[in-house]
Amino acid sequence: MAPLFSRRSFIATASATALMPALPTAAFALNEATAKGLVEKLVQEINKVIASGKSETAMIGDFERIFKRYSDTSYIAAYAMGVDGRRASGAQKKAFSTAFTAYVARKYGKRFREFIGGRLEVQSVKKVKSFYQVRTIAYLKGESPFEVDFHVSDRTGKDLFFNLYIEGINMLLTEREEIGAMLDRRKGNIDQMITDLKKAG
Amino acid sequence: MSDAGVYDPHEPTNRAVHRFNVGLDRAVLRPVSKGYDAVVPDGVQTMVGNASDNLGEPSNLVNRTLQGDLRGAGVALYRFVVNSTVGLGGIYDVAAEFGVTADDTDFGETLHTWGGGEGAYVELPVLGPSTTRDATGRVVDAVLNPLSTVMNSDQKTPRTSLKVADRVGSRARYGDTLDSVLYESTDSYSQTQLLYLQNRRFELGIENEDSYIDPTEIDTEGF
Repeated sequence: MAPLFSRRSFIATASATALMPALPTAAFALNEATAKGLVEKLVQEINKVIASGKSETAMIGDFERIFKRYSDTSYIAAYAMGVDGRRASGAQKKAFSTAFTAYVARKYGKRFREFIGGRLEVQSVKKVKSFYQVRTIAYLKGESPFEVDFHVSDRTGKDLFFNLYIEGINMLLTEREEIGAMLDRRKGNIDQMITDLKKAG
Repeated sequence: MSDAGVYDPHEPTNRAVHRFNVGLDRAVLRPVSKGYDAVVPDGVQTMVGNASDNLGEPSNLVNRTLQGDLRGAGVALYRFVVNSTVGLGGIYDVAAEFGVTADDTDFGETLHTWGGGEGAYVELPVLGPSTTRDATGRVVDAVLNPLSTVMNSDQKTPRTSLKVADRVGSRARYGDTLDSVLYESTDSYSQTQLLYLQNRRFELGIENEDSYIDPTEIDTEGF
């Protein structure tokens, strides 16, 4: 195995750590082990929420907290808005990011609620292009097990997942279509779309 | 072709069929599935699903053979024999307990392995989303199914009832997820299409790494 830090990366890491002392998951360099570790922690937290038996509202609150901590929310929001993001003002982008993060937590949180009595298990990790794909298997009561993949990147300097594939269905593409449809229906009015997004999911 | 790799030259017709299908779901399938779910115990629902799936194994056997996948053909044969006998006519999935789990296929997949392209997206009345290749496959499967040749019409009626019950059961099982696609998404036609095509390509192993979205593709400034 390669040493954990080369001298150069150690210096970079040391200064980065000094600059960002409050980072919850201080990632040094993304590799198979750290990518897998991230998803293992994420899965543990999701499983804990699923097993908690809390109310739906409480669970969705938990999922939003988990989503904010483990995912690259700004990338996911930017991708979902697509080319329409180019004509959005700074304030609109910020408002969209906030509304979108809460919407994703509601929408996917409800789906994860169906996992009650089931669990996710981390299987393997593989490097693809500039990121890592961490494969998990979902075991649900009365269902054949199915694949859920997390794509993990350190684009932001932190290890975060930026896309999710459930049996081949990818979150980024699916949400870009949904946001695009919302904009079309509102004749491209971004503010109106953001207002409606707060009620969706 | 759109960004998402969707070829949909018959969109106006497809959308009309989609409106019909959603209406049918709202008026019939959804309420019936809720009733079914309320009345029929989970265990029995699983048995119905198993028995219906078991009747699909001869068709899986034929298709796996045509695909040149002899291992897959063996799996289908083993499952059909074991589940039809030890599994009491297919109501128990004993083969899965032995580690030989279901791996369903169809003639659409056979066409794919022979090099047939996906073709255009089509939404079929009642049956739902498909492609020209997979719709052709459905027709061939109906003709090719070995059970159709050996069964007489008295045996075909219970088989059809079983398939309908299985469909109702599936609607119940995936109730909330399907509701969210059909009734909560902004454009349920596009959302259904995208979900179907992504999942189908994944099943056929078409999804390749080049199609994965890169984490640096988009400028995130301001988000």
